[in-house]
Amino acid sequence: MTMTFQAVGDSGVMLRFGDYIDDAVHAQVLAMDNAITAAGLPGVRELVPSFTALLVIYNPYETQYQALVQAISGLSVGVSTQSDAKEWIIPTCYEGEFAPDLQDVADQCGLGTDAVINAHANSVFHLYMYGFAPGYGYLGGTPTEIQLPRKQAPVRDIPKGAVMIAGPQCIVTTMVMPSGWWVIGRTAFDVFQPFADNPFPIAVGDSIRFKRLSMDDFTREVQA
Amino acid sequence: MSAIDIKFAGPLCSLQDSGRMGFLRYGVTESGPMDRQAFTILAEMLESETDFNAIEVSLGGLVIRANQTLTLGFCGGDFNLSIDGDALASWGVFTLHAGKSLTIRAGDSGSWGYLGCLGGFDARPWLGSTSSHLASGLCGGYLQAGDQLDVAQVLPREDLICALPIPSFSRFSREVRIVLGPQDGLFSDAVKQALFQDIFTVTRESDRMGMRMSGPSLAPNDALSIPSEAIIRGAVQVPGHGDPIILLADHQTTGGYPKIATVITCDQDTVGQARAGDQVQFVQVSVDDAIQATRDRAAQVKHWISEIPTHRGSLAEKLNRVNLISGVVGPDGISRH
Repeated sequence: MTMTFQAVGDSGVMLRFGDYIDDAVHAQVLAMDNAITAAGLPGVRELVPSFTALLVIYNPYETQYQALVQAISGLSVGVSTQSDAKEWIIPTCYEGEFAPDLQDVADQCGLGTDAVINAHANSVFHLYMYGFAPGYGYLGGTPTEIQLPRKQAPVRDIPKGAVMIAGPQCIVTTMVMPSGWWVIGRTAFDVFQPFADNPFPIAVGDSIRFKRLSMDDFTREVQA
Repeated sequence: MSAIDIKFAGPLCSLQDSGRMGFLRYGVTESGPMDRQAFTILAEMLESETDFNAIEVSLGGLVIRANQTLTLGFCGGDFNLSIDGDALASWGVFTLHAGKSLTIRAGDSGSWGYLGCLGGFDARPWLGSTSSHLASGLCGGYLQAGDQLDVAQVLPREDLICALPIPSFSRFSREVRIVLGPQDGLFSDAVKQALFQDIFTVTRESDRMGMRMSGPSLAPNDALSIPSEAIIRGAVQVPGHGDPIILLADHQTTGGYPKIATVITCDQDTVGQARAGDQVQFVQVSVDDAIQATRDRAAQVKHWISEIPTHRGSLAEKLNRVNLISGVVGPDGISRH
């Protein structure tokens, strides 16, 4: 395993495992995330995993950079087997007003709208990291045939529950925010439940599938 | 009837406690005070519990009316305070009687001040914190005229009253210490040299998320998009336009723009007090020196806090205390101070 350390101000250590988004690299990020959590190193306040890196935030009144680097280097890290990873199904309606960018995506990819929907709904996604806003989970796994760069300019007021894609990524929005990603569906599934005991039910490392719902089924589900 | 009516609030005033820690990995920024140092001092001024919260007052100022008699404290920056026209010390603890109005206006310096109430303000916490999460509106948004606040009811305490000098360590200082990285490798040597040799000016594009500076362009070597990674408060992020942005209390938790350097913890509080047009000189320090400087500052704040009791009480009480102290004479005949 190649891991580099870098100081981030007086209270962070950035651990990097690679330069490109890659499942093996991400498995190393998660394995180290677990190892540091399990070790309960003194002074460690927070761990923030991302695609290729893990940020360790420490309390500079309790520990120091060099001490932490040594402690982390000395940890024995297993390979993340993802044995505790869960699989989630997110029912999604890819129709009408819920899919404002579906036709654009289809046109730019040279596919029919059904082919775009099938490509999305038949893929297995993987939660790499949270970021940007509460509960915004960056999913990887959008198949190559429907990958597009993000829009030239962000669009305001993308609603909560929008299923949107950009490049290899996919996000289910959790609040009204601007975004330059392509909105291809809508779900009533709350990936972010602000006042629940666990507001973030999907864990980094979990896998996700989208299940196609008709407008009628979606409406019934929302009303149920 | 609520304890406090907000009669006027400048932009960006909000309720904040010490912050919402532990949820960066879920995309939830810490929030909390822009000037944590001043907030810590205020909590001590009001002898508060750990879940203490306060109104963060921006340069735009704040006017409140009390519907019950309250013990309030204010510190941070150098604001002008008055109760129905009578001026108060900028930093201190005072009584606001029922029916009276407190006006807080920008003073000579500083951009953020903290108005606290003995016992704290009532607010429903989210994820263990009453800090407004302003991007989502969860846990309240920016305060506006017409808003009302309740307090965890406590009797006023005249013995806490004090007027404090403004400590020099809390003021904006032109020299801002930074540690290079975590993505300094994406910038040329010439750009890194410019970062330390040139002067940067704070622009008007500053808020709780960050402060945009203008100066020489710090554009990275190429627009290569790096995978998004976690951001820490104090990061000096350089988007495509080349102007550095110091990320502060409400920073996004992750991002793909390169971070050339990181402002050390204690200087994040003071640089946040800068106003548009103020000039900044970045000074490079090692990680070890940064940690030492942050620890030294904490000791300085702690010492300053330990002196607060000497400023408490009415004038008569203070004189009495001075007489008592100077009246203590040791067996060797020397007065102890």
